[in-house]
Parts: sequence; structure tokens; C-alpha cells
Amino acid sequence: MDNIAGSKSSLSWIVQISALVMVLLWIFPTAGLLVSSFRTGDQIATSGWWASMFPSEQNLTLRAAAAETQTQIGDVYVIEGNLFGDESGGEISVWGTSSREISAYAAGETAELRRGGTITVQSNGDYRMENAEEFTGNRGQRVFATAESPPEFTLENYRNILISGNNTDNMAKAFFNTLTVTIPATIIPILVAAFAAYALAWMEFPGRALLIATVVGLLVVPLQLALIPLLKFHNEIGIGKGYLGVWMAHTGFGLPLAIYLLRNYMVGLPRDIIENARVDGATDFQIFTKIILPLSFPALASFAIFQFLWTWNDLLVAKVFLIDATGETTVMTNQIVELLGTRGGNWEILATAAFVSIAVPLVVFFAMQKYLVRGLLAGSVK
Amino acid sequence: MHPALQGIITIIVGVGGCIGYFYFSNQFLDKVLFPAKGPNIGRNINRANMIRPWLFLAPAIIALGLYLAYPVVETLRLSLTERLPGGGSQWVGLANYSQMFGEPKFWEAMRNNMLWLIIVPAFSTAFGLLAAQLTDRIKWGNLAKSLIFMPMAISFVGAAVIWKLVYDTRPVDQDQIGVLNALYLFFGGTDPQTWLTIPLWNSFFLMIVLVWIQTGFAMVILSAALRGVPEDTIEAAIIDGATPLQIFFKIKVPQIMGTIVVVWTTITLVVLKVFDIVFAMTNGQWETQVLANYMYDKLFRANDWGLGSASAMIIMLLVTPILVWNVYNARKEMR
Repeated sequence: MDNIAGSKSSLSWIVQISALVMVLLWIFPTAGLLVSSFRTGDQIATSGWWASMFPSEQNLTLRAAAAETQTQIGDVYVIEGNLFGDESGGEISVWGTSSREISAYAAGETAELRRGGTITVQSNGDYRMENAEEFTGNRGQRVFATAESPPEFTLENYRNILISGNNTDNMAKAFFNTLTVTIPATIIPILVAAFAAYALAWMEFPGRALLIATVVGLLVVPLQLALIPLLKFHNEIGIGKGYLGVWMAHTGFGLPLAIYLLRNYMVGLPRDIIENARVDGATDFQIFTKIILPLSFPALASFAIFQFLWTWNDLLVAKVFLIDATGETTVMTNQIVELLGTRGGNWEILATAAFVSIAVPLVVFFAMQKYLVRGLLAGSVK
Repeated sequence: MHPALQGIITIIVGVGGCIGYFYFSNQFLDKVLFPAKGPNIGRNINRANMIRPWLFLAPAIIALGLYLAYPVVETLRLSLTERLPGGGSQWVGLANYSQMFGEPKFWEAMRNNMLWLIIVPAFSTAFGLLAAQLTDRIKWGNLAKSLIFMPMAISFVGAAVIWKLVYDTRPVDQDQIGVLNALYLFFGGTDPQTWLTIPLWNSFFLMIVLVWIQTGFAMVILSAALRGVPEDTIEAAIIDGATPLQIFFKIKVPQIMGTIVVVWTTITLVVLKVFDIVFAMTNGQWETQVLANYMYDKLFRANDWGLGSASAMIIMLLVTPILVWNVYNARKEMR
């Protein structure tokens, strides 16, 4: 559009690069948490997550096998084996036999041993010690090696958080609790709001404009105001803290946006269809269920995503209306906050727990982004 | 009863109850109360149509009234009373407010909230505008948009964990695992800093989290607005020899000013209610208190309903101008 005059310039490169920088900046923090959740606690604590992408160089102290494993081949005594044992420990670049000279030799070279004999170390850790006399001593020869280990990732954290793991770390229960909160709290307000939105969009009655204005006003009322009065109310009618209370609260808090979004969408539906149906003798109830509801699917989907993300990610409403002293009904956000307190330094647990709770909204987000954007565009009060 | 089972039953009862209510109340209205037959058919149909909207609206009105309108009034009342030890409450007038105004923590929260109110909407909108302008002109713009938009789906608590890792501090003799400290040392800093404990600065570090989340929202709305700018205005500017920067600031931005205001006010509302980020990252320590967290402290830790309600009313007071403005605009649009 800006190149209409044919001035395609170096500007487009600047745009490309700045966009790339901005995108990288925005995903960098999340990427850090995702990568960390696949690393062991030791790895996270000793090096930055950005370093885990590349092979890391480590200084190792390894030990050859003891003297009793030697074999006699011809007239030389030989000890053979691999410094890393059975597992692969990476690639040795330089090594040495004394702690003062840990990089005296390159891989493949042969060193003279202080107590007689020679040792050759290959880059994969294979070594061969030769001596004309018998090796002595109880313990094997020490080898100091600088090894490059490949990036290493593990699923162990997820196993701990989701399946095994002790009671405070395990998120499985909180996951199901969150799901239990979310689904009814998403479905019920849609239904209530859809009928109200239809009435506000397509029915004539006195006070309609006032009601719409009220809904717009309630859209911005901070839910902080509702906490104490509603908690009192829930205690008075005997439901106290629990799922029923949190479902009702989320329904109430979600309604203004639901009504507002759905009404704006329904008003835009073609008048002809509705009037034709009226002429043909359809009742309002039939028009609503057979025509308006199916046509409003995009708006319903938009709101459903909003409400889902909001209830899934919510902390405050769950803390006030759901989670009681027993902690049986804790949700993921709350458990993560508690982990932040008790496991502040254990990033492998924190990162994995956070990612378990983030994963579901992210999937929903990427799968239904179209509806989310559409809802945002319709929902921001013009 | 297992909560999942309870959940399924709630869905069935809730959904079934709603559908049943709407269906049978309409049936009742049409068949029993004002049947569309007999001598008064015309009058009956009219009466039925007068009542029907209220049938459709009743559940929503009850829920809105109970869960949003009533609490505003009740909170106002609670903010003027004090709970008595044995139950019941006592009218204390404005005592809660004057007690609150005497607390340094409250003024700290007010000061921080004002900073949040200026900085977060400003930077989110600016970055959002930049992102919208950049991504609209490249081939992989949609992918870029998705990735910048992604933090919107992440909970405040999840974002808090993500950024706590960024701000993490290790002792000086160890490798830093937080990006910020790693960069700080790389560019010549001497000691690793515990970023979240440095007063005033730590508030900014918390604000970055919200800016990071809200930029995607601003970008999506502003990008749609930028596409709506009529092309002939831009063509005319190009022919007159305007530079790209001039086109952006003098042609495009003025035309989407209305949308920028909307984005700004929407983010302002989010900022006024911000609770989770502060609660999870510092819990108001080291002078990072904000109103919503202050209120939570008073309500559920100090168990002081009067003071808590008074601070909730302050939040409501700050929201009111936006509320009035929104209602005014909505009414103007409907006319």
C-alpha cells in the first residue's frame, strides 16, 4: 500500500528486521519457561536456559578402572575401557592426568604416567593404559577431561507434576478442579445471555435503551466490589465456598460481556429473515432457536473463548468463592502461587507446573484465534 | 460426590433448567395466560408480546442485579460500617475512609496505581501500534501477530512465573539463570541484582509483565483500525511527497484516534483491577503495593471488611469516569 508510488526501498528490510526483533522479544520469556520445563533441576540451577540449546562444555574428573582389571597381552599389561562407563557423556576435546594440567593433551594423544606406563584417551572416552610392569594401587588412574556434552532434555518433570510426585507438587487434581470450574462456568452464561441479547436486539419494549446502557455500565464494574457482598450472600443461602458458588459467580461476572457481544452481533443480522419468519407465523421462541442461535455461532464462539480463558486463568474468584481451608478444591493458578512460595528456587517444578496450566489455553488460543480476534473487535466498546 | 460428577450434573441442570425455563414460560404465556384464540385474541396477542421480552430477560436481569449491581450498593454500605465482634455491624460514617487515608500503605498503593495507570496503557498502546504497523506490511505478518498476541492466553499467574525466571538472581560466583542479570553482567554490571526488591524500579519490572500481555490486544484492535484507513488519503499523501513516517503520524494515526482511545481505556480498566501479577510476584512487598492487592490484604488477611470495602470503593471511583464515558458513547451510537 505504501509502495504505490513505486518506491520500494531499503525500508522494507528495516520493517522485516524490526518485526522479527519484536516477535523474538515477545516469545523469549515464554520460550525460557518452556525450555526450562524440559531440563533437570541441576541443569536449570547451573546454567541459563539459553545455553541449553548448545552443547555445553564441562570439566570432568573421571577415573580409569582399577589395577585388578588389567590383562597381560604379550609382555605388556593393559587396562582398557571407557571413562564414561556405559552411558555416553559427550565428546572429550582435551584432557590431562594432573589437576594442574587438565588440558595437557588432545583427544587421541598418549600421555606418560607418573607411576610408569602410558595412557591414550580417545574423544569418545575410550582409553587404553599400557605398562611394561604390572599396574599397582587400589584405585584407578584419574583423568581430567574437558568434555562437550550434547543438549539434554528430559520429560521427567512432567512425569513428576502430572503422574507421580508428592502431594504438594502434583497438579493432576488441580487440573481437574480447574476443568470442573471452567466448563459449566463457560456454558451457562452463554445460554442466559443469548436469550437476553435477543430480547435487547430484536424485541420492542419500554426501557430497552436503559437496559442496554446498564449492561454497558456493568461491563466495567470491578469484580473486587462483589467479593464480600457475594461471599456473605453465599454463606447466607447455605452454599458457602464451593463449586456451586464459583459457577454462579463466574456466570454473573461474565454476563455483561456476553450480552453485549451477542447483542451487537444479533443486531447486525439481516432484518428480512426475521420479519419473514414472523410473517410466516413463527413465535419469538422459534425465531430465536431456529434462526438467530445458529446464525450467531461466531459470536457465541467468541464469547465462549473469552469466558474459557478468563475462568481458566482466574485466581481471585477461585480464591474467594471456591478454595476453602482444606485445599481440596484448589485450582492450578492457586497451586502455582503456593509453589512460588514453597518451592521458590525449584524452577523445574515451577516451570513445569506453570506450563501445564498454560498449555490448555494456548491450544485453545491457536485453534480458535479467528473467533477470539473477532470477539475482541466487537467487544471493545466503541 | 465427585466434583466432576457434580460438574456434569450442574451443566445438565443449568442448561436444562435454562432451556426448560425459556420453553415452558413461553408456552405458558401463549397457551394458558393469553391464548391466541377466543374472543380477546387481538388483546391477548398484544399482551403476550408485551410480557415476552421480560421472560427472555428475567434470568439475566436477576443475575446481573444480584452479582454486579447489588454488590456496588452493598460495598458502599459496608464501607460505612464496621463489623462487631459478636456479629452484626455498626454505622461508623466515614471512619473507615479516614483510617485508610492515614495509612502509608494506602498512599503507596495509590502512587503505584497512578504509575501503572500512566505507563502500562501508554506503552501497551505504543507497542501495539508499532506491532500493528510492522506486521501489516510483511508476508509473515499473521504469524508474527499470533506470536505477539499469544501472551493474552497466558494467565497472569503463568506470566508471573515466566517473568520471575527472567528476573531471577543467583549469587555472584554462579552462572546467572535469569536473562536480565545475565545481560546486566554481560554489559558490565558488577553484582547481580535482586530486581524485584529495589523500590520503585520493581514496580516497573512488574509493569513490564502487563505491557507484555496487553500489547497483543492493542495490536489486534489497532491493526484492524489501520486497515480501515481509506487508501486514497494515503495515496494523496504519497503523491504530495510525504515520507513513510509522515504518512504514519500525520495521516494514519489521526484517523484511528478513536480506536486508540478505546484501546487506552480498555487497558486502563485492566490496570485498575490488576491483582494476580502483584500477588504472585511480590505480594506488595518492597513498595510494590497496588489498590487491588491492598484491598485483598484488608479483606482476607486483616479480615477488615470496612477498610477493604472502602478501598474497593476507591477502585470503583477511579473506574467511574470510564463507565460514564462508555455509557455516553453507547447511547450516542444507538441513536
